[in-house]
Amino acid sequence: MTTVAEAFARAGEDDRAALIGYLPAGFPTREGSVRLMSAMVRGGVDVVEVGLPYSDPLMDGPVIQEAVGIALREGTTPADVVEIAGEVARTGAATLVMSYWNPIERFGAARFADSLAAAGGCGVITPDLTPEEAQEWQEAAEACDIDRIFLVAPSSTDERIRRVADSCSGFVYAASTMGVTGARATVSDAAEDLVARVRRATALPVAVGLGVSTGDQAAQIAAYADGVIVGSAFIRLVLEAPDLPAAEAAVEGLARELSAGVRRRRDTALS
Amino acid sequence: MAEPGVSGGHYGQYGGRFVPEALTAALDELDAAFRAALVDPAFHAELNELQRTYTGRPSPMTDAVRFGQECCAGARIMLKREDLNHTGSHKINNVLGQALLAVRMGKKRVIAETGAGQHGVASATAAALMGLDCVVYMGEEDTRRQALNVARMRLLGAEVVPVMAGSRTLKDAINEAMRDWVATVDETHYILGTVTGPSPFPEMVRTFQSVVGREAREQVLEAAGRFPDAVAACVGGGSNAMGIFAGFMDDPGVQLWGFEAGGEGIESGRHAARFSGGSPGVLHGARTYILQDEWGQTVPSHSISAGLDYPGVGPEHAWLHDTGRARYAPVTDSEAMSAFADLCRTEGIIPAIESAHALAGAIRLGREWGPDALIVVNLSGRGDKDVATAARWFGIDGAIVESAEGR
Repeated sequence: MTTVAEAFARAGEDDRAALIGYLPAGFPTREGSVRLMSAMVRGGVDVVEVGLPYSDPLMDGPVIQEAVGIALREGTTPADVVEIAGEVARTGAATLVMSYWNPIERFGAARFADSLAAAGGCGVITPDLTPEEAQEWQEAAEACDIDRIFLVAPSSTDERIRRVADSCSGFVYAASTMGVTGARATVSDAAEDLVARVRRATALPVAVGLGVSTGDQAAQIAAYADGVIVGSAFIRLVLEAPDLPAAEAAVEGLARELSAGVRRRRDTALS
Repeated sequence: MAEPGVSGGHYGQYGGRFVPEALTAALDELDAAFRAALVDPAFHAELNELQRTYTGRPSPMTDAVRFGQECCAGARIMLKREDLNHTGSHKINNVLGQALLAVRMGKKRVIAETGAGQHGVASATAAALMGLDCVVYMGEEDTRRQALNVARMRLLGAEVVPVMAGSRTLKDAINEAMRDWVATVDETHYILGTVTGPSPFPEMVRTFQSVVGREAREQVLEAAGRFPDAVAACVGGGSNAMGIFAGFMDDPGVQLWGFEAGGEGIESGRHAARFSGGSPGVLHGARTYILQDEWGQTVPSHSISAGLDYPGVGPEHAWLHDTGRARYAPVTDSEAMSAFADLCRTEGIIPAIESAHALAGAIRLGREWGPDALIVVNLSGRGDKDVATAARWFGIDGAIVESAEGR
């Protein structure tokens, strides 16, 4: 089992950014999702975000909505998600769960943190939970050494960034753009400025997500961030693939491209 | 706010702000603009003038004598006539306040969600009045149920976006409006239509709707010379209820009754009764009572009334429920439609089906309490938009009755 801190430290030793990949648990099937996430790890993903399918994903664009809808129709429950995260953790990658807050609250914050830790997961990203509402979660997660990853956005004030960063452990998730998830042709300039502002507030690693889909974009972000987060681009490949083996190959291939991208940070920075 | 247990957008354990960080700055900006407006006489003067000359306030209170005698065991029923407002419901009260705030914040574009279409129509109206661009998100299912209101919004210059995601009703329209807002927040204000959502929306919408309760309190005291025994309102998100409750909150002898959509009955599972059939959870930015399964997934609601067909409820209602200050009970589709017909026949008023749930509740209370009772009902909207639904329900015009037991 690898922790988030170890994954970032290892990437730092290689003088590269860490690659973080997202896929929803139970998409396209329970078994299929484990195979796809394992393919991501084979392709070079350092940290896996296991998405917890939720009925009202208000921060997600159409691609993730579609995948999550499939996972829900498969009957994927939060208990399944914890098990799936455990199976992914056995690949050796640091494994996180990404979840909207209500399913965790319903499961019980302490019980969720405890179950995830027991399964081998090491952290949770909560896109609709801000530090102000997170006291119970902070205590529950800290007690089990589960990292708490909150988001900052381009609209966050420096004061907010400090508050959020102080509440984070593992890394700080910087949303590159004002908007929902989904691949974009260009990743906004706002991301670089945001990362610089986060660095002034914390020594934690900073990873950038929202809109990243290609190796070139990964290299561009790796020039200034400690981690690059990719989700919708993986899902799109799975949705387009004729069958699961083809989807696995495509996911592994994109992971390789992105993994090469995060290793090209130096060249990009110099160019 | 001065009430115990209410602070920082929280009502006891309810309320709060469960939203992506990207919206925090916009919510802080809105909160600041709202608080500045509250202490600005110019804002109040402008809003009051619009309420008087554009909405038609104060709305009258009607003594529903025949309805009371024939349907409520002789209890005296007084109707707060929000149905007579411009655009046909209480929704305009909140929308004018928020649209003025949008202008003060320099936003050029407003977005809104809508279920029955009343809030969408009110938002499109205010946008036309103030020269703002307007986009209304509406569940695809609701655009079919409320086609008349879709046409009204388009006539008023708004763009209506049918939402195909999820259950294709109000909850999905809110998701889509939030997604729009997070990407456009610099130039856009989201006119949320009810007393839920992230802070400061519940408090702000209640404030703009409280004109209903202030007027009603004065009117009932003048007409009847005493406080009512109860105030009754329907509760979807709960803005009309919170508006009228606000006027009587500090009058402990006045019972506050909220009537939720019982749909086809709580036991059927097809309802929108959050207090009778739901549990505390987080939805659309607030902790409150919601319809959810054992895993915290939102369960789709059902009601004949699109405006009550929502799996969440305002967090202050959740708090009033738990503290016992207000009481909540479900009213089925059949009961509501029966009350709808009763009001049409006895008073010559066609109510919105939403408001018919409050009328059904008043019938229940009147029959229990008898002729000495005095009950104020918030008649939150008019039923023009529901004529096609009602005609189908009652088999008028030769149409086949879909549900015989509904009669």
